Amino acid sequence: MSAETEPTPQIPRDTGTTREVIRLDQVTKRFGDNTVLDQLNFTVDAGKHVTLIGPSGSGKTTILRLLMTLVQPDEGIITVDGEQLYPAPEKQVREVRKKIGMVFQQFNLFPNMKVLRNVTEAPVTVLGMSKDEAEARARELLELVGLADKCDAYPTHLSGGQQQRVAIARALAMRPQVLLLDEVTSALDPELVAGVLDVLRDIAHSTDITMLCVTHEMSFARDISDQVLMFDSGRVIESGSPEKLFGDPDHERTREFLSTIL
Amino acid sequence: MNWNWTTLKDFLPSFWDGLLVTLQALLLGSLIAFALGLFWALAQRSRLKVVSWPVTAFTEFIRNTPLLVQLFFIFYVLPEWGLTLSALTTGVVGLGLHYSTYTAEVYRAGIDGVPAGQWEAATALSLPRSRTWTAVILPQALRRVVPALGNYVIAMLKDSPMLMTIGVLEMLGEARQFGSQTFHMNEPIVLVGIAFILIAYPASLLLRALERRLVR
Repeated sequence: MSAETEPTPQIPRDTGTTREVIRLDQVTKRFGDNTVLDQLNFTVDAGKHVTLIGPSGSGKTTILRLLMTLVQPDEGIITVDGEQLYPAPEKQVREVRKKIGMVFQQFNLFPNMKVLRNVTEAPVTVLGMSKDEAEARARELLELVGLADKCDAYPTHLSGGQQQRVAIARALAMRPQVLLLDEVTSALDPELVAGVLDVLRDIAHSTDITMLCVTHEMSFARDISDQVLMFDSGRVIESGSPEKLFGDPDHERTREFLSTIL
Repeated sequence: MNWNWTTLKDFLPSFWDGLLVTLQALLLGSLIAFALGLFWALAQRSRLKVVSWPVTAFTEFIRNTPLLVQLFFIFYVLPEWGLTLSALTTGVVGLGLHYSTYTAEVYRAGIDGVPAGQWEAATALSLPRSRTWTAVILPQALRRVVPALGNYVIAMLKDSPMLMTIGVLEMLGEARQFGSQTFHMNEPIVLVGIAFILIAYPASLLLRALERRLVR
C-alpha cells in the first residue's frame, strides 16, 4: 500500500487566535529575606518571543528557573499550556516539564558524552525515540546550528560558541513548546556571540516555538522579540513592543537602565 | 648480617605462594571496597533518614576502629553467632569492608564535585533520576575518583600483612613460617620488603600518570 504524501500544511505564524502557553499567577519567590519575585503575574502567548530585561537581581533568571522547575516558588500558581506545573504532584510536573527546554549561560553540556549523544540522550531515554531516529534528527539539528561535522567530538574540544550551539540543538531535540534562554551569550568571548545569536534568530524566525529570553544583547532582543518586559525588584514595571520599550519607554527606571547598557 | 643465597632460593616456592595470596586478597578486597563504598555513598545521600542515618553511623564506626580489631571480630567472635569464615575470606571481607568506608568518602567527594549545572541540564531534559545518576553524574564522578581509589588500593596492600595475624599465609606470613622452621629470618623478610616496594612504587607512579590524564 502506497502512502499518499500530503504536503505539510503551513501554519501561519499569526492565526489571529491566541493561546496562553505560560501563565504565572501571584508568584512569589524568596531567597532568605530577599524577595526576588513579588506576587508576579504574567502570561505569554504561544509562538511569542518575550525578552526579559532589567538590572541583575531583578528576578529575570529566577522566572526561567521556576519554569524549568530548578527552583520552586513560595507562593502562586504556574501554568504551562493549560496544565498546572506548580503546585502539582511530581508525576504531573515531570509531564508538563517536557514542554519546556532551556539553554544555560554555562552551556552545561554533558562532558562524558560526545556531541551527538548529548543531543540524542533525552529523546531516546525520555521520549522513547529509536536510536536511529534520534540520531537522524540530531544530525539535522546539528546541521541547523552549523555543527554537522562535530558529531563525534567531545564538548571540551569545542569553543564556547560551538558548545552553546550544541546546547541549543540539545534543547530543541526534545521538541519543546517553550524555549528558555538564560543569558546564553554572557559566558562567551565577544567574537563568538554573533554565531550563537544568528542561530537563535534563525530559530525564532523559522519555527513557531515560544521563546522566553533573558539577555543583555539589546539589538538581538529588538530583532526577535514581540514583547519586552522590564523588571525591577521582582516586579514588571513596564512592558511593550521592542520599538516602544527601547525607543520611547514610559518609565524613568527603564530609561535609566537602558542608558547603562546601550 | 648473615646472608645466604641458598636460603633465599629455598624460600622462593613459599614466597610465590604468599605473593599469590597477597594479590588475591588485594584484588578481592579492592572489588568489595569499590562496590560497597559506592553503595554507602549513595545510601548516605538518600532522602530517607532511615536509610542515610544508619549507614552514616555504621561507616563512621568502621572507619574509626582498627582494622586488626575488625579482623579478630570477624574471625573469633562471629563464629559464636554461627558465622564461620575461612582465614582468607575473613581477610578479604575485613579489608574490603574497612576500606569501603574510605572509598565511600572518595565517591562522596567525586559526586559533590560534579557541577550543579549538570543536574540542572538533566532536569531541563527531563531525564529520570536514575538515568541522571547512571548516564550523567556517576560517569563524571568516577573519572575524578580513580586516582584516589588507587591510593587506597596501595594502602590496602600495605595493610595486607595484618591478615597474617589470623593465619593467612600471605607474603609476610610465609616469611615468618619459613623463618620459624629454618631459623633463617633475614633472607625472607628482606625479600618480602623488596616485593612490597616493587609493587607499590610502580603502582603509585602509574596512578600519578593516570591522575594527570583523568583530572583536568
